[in-house]
Amino acid sequence: MHVPDGFLDAPTSVATGVVAAGVVGASLVRASRRELDERTAPLAGLVAVFVFAAQMVNFPVGAGTSGHLLGAALAAVLVGPATATLCLAVVLAVQAFLFADGGVTALGTNVVLMGVVGVWVGYAVARGVLALLPRRLASIPVAASAGAFVSVPVAALTFTGLYAVGGAAPIPLGTLAATMVGWHVLIGLGEAAITFLAVTSIVAARPDLVHVARGRMPALELRTPEPVA
Amino acid sequence: MSTATDTPRVSTRRLVVVGLAVCLVIAGVVSFYASSHPDGLEHVATTLGFEGVARDSAAAGSPLADYGVKGVGDARLSGGLAGVIGAVVTGLVMFGLVLLVRRRGHRTHD
Repeated sequence: MHVPDGFLDAPTSVATGVVAAGVVGASLVRASRRELDERTAPLAGLVAVFVFAAQMVNFPVGAGTSGHLLGAALAAVLVGPATATLCLAVVLAVQAFLFADGGVTALGTNVVLMGVVGVWVGYAVARGVLALLPRRLASIPVAASAGAFVSVPVAALTFTGLYAVGGAAPIPLGTLAATMVGWHVLIGLGEAAITFLAVTSIVAARPDLVHVARGRMPALELRTPEPVA
Repeated sequence: MSTATDTPRVSTRRLVVVGLAVCLVIAGVVSFYASSHPDGLEHVATTLGFEGVARDSAAAGSPLADYGVKGVGDARLSGGLAGVIGAVVTGLVMFGLVLLVRRRGHRTHD
């Protein structure tokens, strides 16, 4: 979903750049006050590297089209939404400046789509689903993959909205919205699967580091099998 | 905090070392087998006919542009090396940022 330079006009790109810079600034503050501590900080580094690596691996979604992980919901569930925005912003900046993946003037747009909309939608959906599921660790990967699934088409729809405001070529917006969402629902399935696997691994290894597990899950040493309903 | 912080199953050091190793394998080796089809946005842009408005990025001349290392002929080596470099740079920037943010947090609280 990396937007190249030229898709959106200059005013729109400047606007998304300002929004992205503002949210990244606010995320630095929030991450430092509420999310990052000495124990969880290493996981934030690991999550950013994983998102970079996983984004290189495009998976086929049919009809000559591919998709790749955004990693926004995955990061938000594991390290918290503000830290997740920082992870995505770092990944997107490295991709734009070193690899010419995603435009340089479109960096703000890409941070908004993946690092802000993807992160917060994924996080909100994951939190909502988590509240409905039994209070145990096995619920976390399920909630994370639900957030992951929804985050991709919503980010795609947000691109459509930006394109409606500042798209460089006239395109029927209904068609654009429908095709963007259609393809990104399929990509969202891959996003959900990878997120499930990655979150399962971290929850299995170190549940105490997982952001959404804070204060919500029963103590590990007291965990007993739940009766089957 | 009700989770068992005093009985981690895996040490943080081990988690990070193993995790980074997995990431390097994904970026350096698995990435070679990635689908080369256009992604969702590119596909939609081509289908609807607005892919032409894309301009070359200002970074298009980067020696790592499009996930290859300029001058390395072998595609597997070039892409793998680019992936490893990207993973290392991402890690350095993020770990550095986290260190900075964490210190700043301590200063306000102390």
